[in-house]
Amino acid sequence: MRITSAEHLTQLQKEYQKEAAKFPRKILVCLGPGCLAAGSDRIYDAFLNHIAQRNIKGITVEAVKKTGCHGLCTQGPLVTIEPDGLFYTRIQAKGVPEIIEKTLEKNEVITKLLYSTPGKSQKIEKWADIPFYSHQMRIGLRNVGQIDPENIKDYVAVGGYQALAKALTMTPEQVISEVKTSGLRGRGGAGFPTGKKWETCRKVDSDIRYVICNGDEGDPGAFMDRCIMEGDPHSVLEGMIICAHAVGSISGYIYVREEYPLAILNLQKAIEAAREFGLLGKNILGSGLNFDIKISRGGGAFVCGESSALMRSVAGEVGEPRAKYIRSVIKGLHDKPTVLNNVESFATVPVIINEGGKKFASIGTPRSTGTKAFSLAGKINNTGLIEVPMGISLREIIFDIGGGIPDGRKFKAVQTGGPSGGCLPESKLDLPVDFDSLTEAGSMMGSGGMIIMDDRTCMVDVAKYFLGFLVEESCGKCVPCREGLYQLHALCVRITEGKGEPGDLELMEKLSKYIQLGSLCGLGQSGPNPFMSTLEHFREEYEAHINHKKCPAGVCRALIKYEIIDACTGCLACIPVCPVGAITGEKKKKHFINQAICDQCGSCYAVCQFDAIEVK
Amino acid sequence: MMHDLSKIEEIIDRSPKEPGALIAVLQDIQREFHYLPCEALTATSRALGVPLSKVFSVSTFYNAFSLTPRGEKIIRICQGTACHIKGAKLVQEQIESNLGIKAGETTKDMKYTIEVVNCVGACAMAPVIIVNNKYHGKVRCDQTRKLLGIK
Ligand SMILES: Cc1cc2nc3c(=O)[nH]c(=O)nc-3n(C[C@H](O)[C@H](O)[C@H](O)COP(=O)(O)O)c2cc1C
Repeated sequence: MRITSAEHLTQLQKEYQKEAAKFPRKILVCLGPGCLAAGSDRIYDAFLNHIAQRNIKGITVEAVKKTGCHGLCTQGPLVTIEPDGLFYTRIQAKGVPEIIEKTLEKNEVITKLLYSTPGKSQKIEKWADIPFYSHQMRIGLRNVGQIDPENIKDYVAVGGYQALAKALTMTPEQVISEVKTSGLRGRGGAGFPTGKKWETCRKVDSDIRYVICNGDEGDPGAFMDRCIMEGDPHSVLEGMIICAHAVGSISGYIYVREEYPLAILNLQKAIEAAREFGLLGKNILGSGLNFDIKISRGGGAFVCGESSALMRSVAGEVGEPRAKYIRSVIKGLHDKPTVLNNVESFATVPVIINEGGKKFASIGTPRSTGTKAFSLAGKINNTGLIEVPMGISLREIIFDIGGGIPDGRKFKAVQTGGPSGGCLPESKLDLPVDFDSLTEAGSMMGSGGMIIMDDRTCMVDVAKYFLGFLVEESCGKCVPCREGLYQLHALCVRITEGKGEPGDLELMEKLSKYIQLGSLCGLGQSGPNPFMSTLEHFREEYEAHINHKKCPAGVCRALIKYEIIDACTGCLACIPVCPVGAITGEKKKKHFINQAICDQCGSCYAVCQFDAIEVK
Repeated sequence: MMHDLSKIEEIIDRSPKEPGALIAVLQDIQREFHYLPCEALTATSRALGVPLSKVFSVSTFYNAFSLTPRGEKIIRICQGTACHIKGAKLVQEQIESNLGIKAGETTKDMKYTIEVVNCVGACAMAPVIIVNNKYHGKVRCDQTRKLLGIK
């Protein structure tokens, strides 16, 4: 079926809303990456099977929906029952019949499946009342976890493609001006004003222009873009089509990393459905606009997230960046003017068009408007996907939304901006989260990965980790990046092995400056950041490694020792996991680690349930 | 090793015959064989009109490609930041010792390959491993044997 006009779209929206109203109660099963890893696909199947077998008034299989990431991954698998907003956590497939019997048939709430606040003091029934959700504000993630991403009707029913219809009644200049008014800055990391980028691209004289969506999401520790592409692919398409109208493009690409097969699949389905509905292809919504989108799969190279490397990769070449003075809005893909925006940037555009740039600009801070999605991971209670207004403090994100640090441990640092970003210590927790404040503090907004670290995380090890990542991922074109990062990493390794020498840190600082100055693209220019920021905020930790040959966090193997203390119950759990066979002991008797064999890997420490192994 | 050449031809036939399709074709071949056989590289070079040297350069640049055969079960260990600080290294060492091979290697009987990947975007469930496309979250080092299906 083709939608031929804006009126036709609105008529369909009403029709789909009516259809949906036939099933007043919906069971939403989260199939986001976190819940899926906890087996939510089996929960979904169990609901379908059990409901099909029984005859319950008002509940049919159509009422069961699979959605993208709902957010609170740590509590997964998650099931929400709408419109009540009832929220069940940590569900098992064998618990599904009970939910059907009690909650769906008899309207009873099953208390044991409810969310309980850390410390188990309070049970909360509705997801919207949980602090994790109540402090959030969702724009880019508005539909993620709420609709079935594989069904275009769901998207249309919640007002999808209305922004496109509206944009098509505006001139391209008006659309660009609305985006400029919104103050939207690119969500991919650099924070370049989106409206300005579109305007420049439109003004370049050319026979063809391209629109590309950057779904490479190479930053380790980030999964926001994945959740949008998997959970609400149509919002990305809608943003791209609006952009095509604004800049005058007929051809677009979405560059998705191969590690995200479900994102590729859902985007592909969305593109096909949009073509069928006349939302992609020729004469979109009867407006005369022609535009189509192809998916280009990445090959697992971090540097391909960089604009010029990405465009080379789309063209089937090796993804090496080029010098920045040739701007890709002027000479991008196939040397034609190209707009490249991040997934979240595009997903935000429909809201800006629908509700006006002014309203978006009123959220957040004057220089960083709107909201930003983050993924919370690491040593934090509520790992998951969130979206907050810009300007909120790190403390609110980590403690109010994130629920603080687990196991009674102490907060040590938060890492933002991936390998180009840095680690911020406790003293920076009241910093507002916006593009400029984070950069000033020596980190950066980045694409939105936030990794929380506790006092058992070694900052030298973290710097070593990121440098190792960058050494692997440097494309090798610029010598300062290829060789400089290699040396920086080698020095870091030396320090963690207890072989650091006085003067190492000064040498590393000097080297960092050369790498920053001598590299073409952001990978090298910001490559030393993880080292520089940890050195700035945790210098004493580096010095402890070098001068006292100690790793205060108890991580660096050459500098620590594991010992079994009297709390040992003799449960035998640690013996088989020791890869070098260093532990001996009998049942119900205290075990013993032979220090001559032990290589300090910490496997025993990780499996001990009784805190009977100490790090010295 | 000999391969079903008709499969390679089939993949190449489906694709547009232009240099821009190079990565997509190699990805499809990789998916079929779990690596890029030598015959496939030469066939792709000829069909798309791309010099073999460039096909080689692209296939060694991207991490997703392998030029050596892989095992039946591919175990991918995530080494993203969240997984790293939650002990992915321990899980990796445990799996390496379970199978007697290092990451990047394949067991002699061609049953298992261990791969290390940068981040699979399931950070909330760190540490994560993927065994033949099935995700396992919050993996502890005493569970690896079970997850690999070995005694
Ligand atoms: C090494 C490197 C990796 C990058 N990776 C990504 C990425 O994975 N996703 C992304 O959206 N932007 C990434 N960027 C930023 C892009 O170059 C570009 O600025 C962005 O996609 C533009 O979109 P935006 O203005 O909407 O943010 C990366 C940049 C560099 C230097």
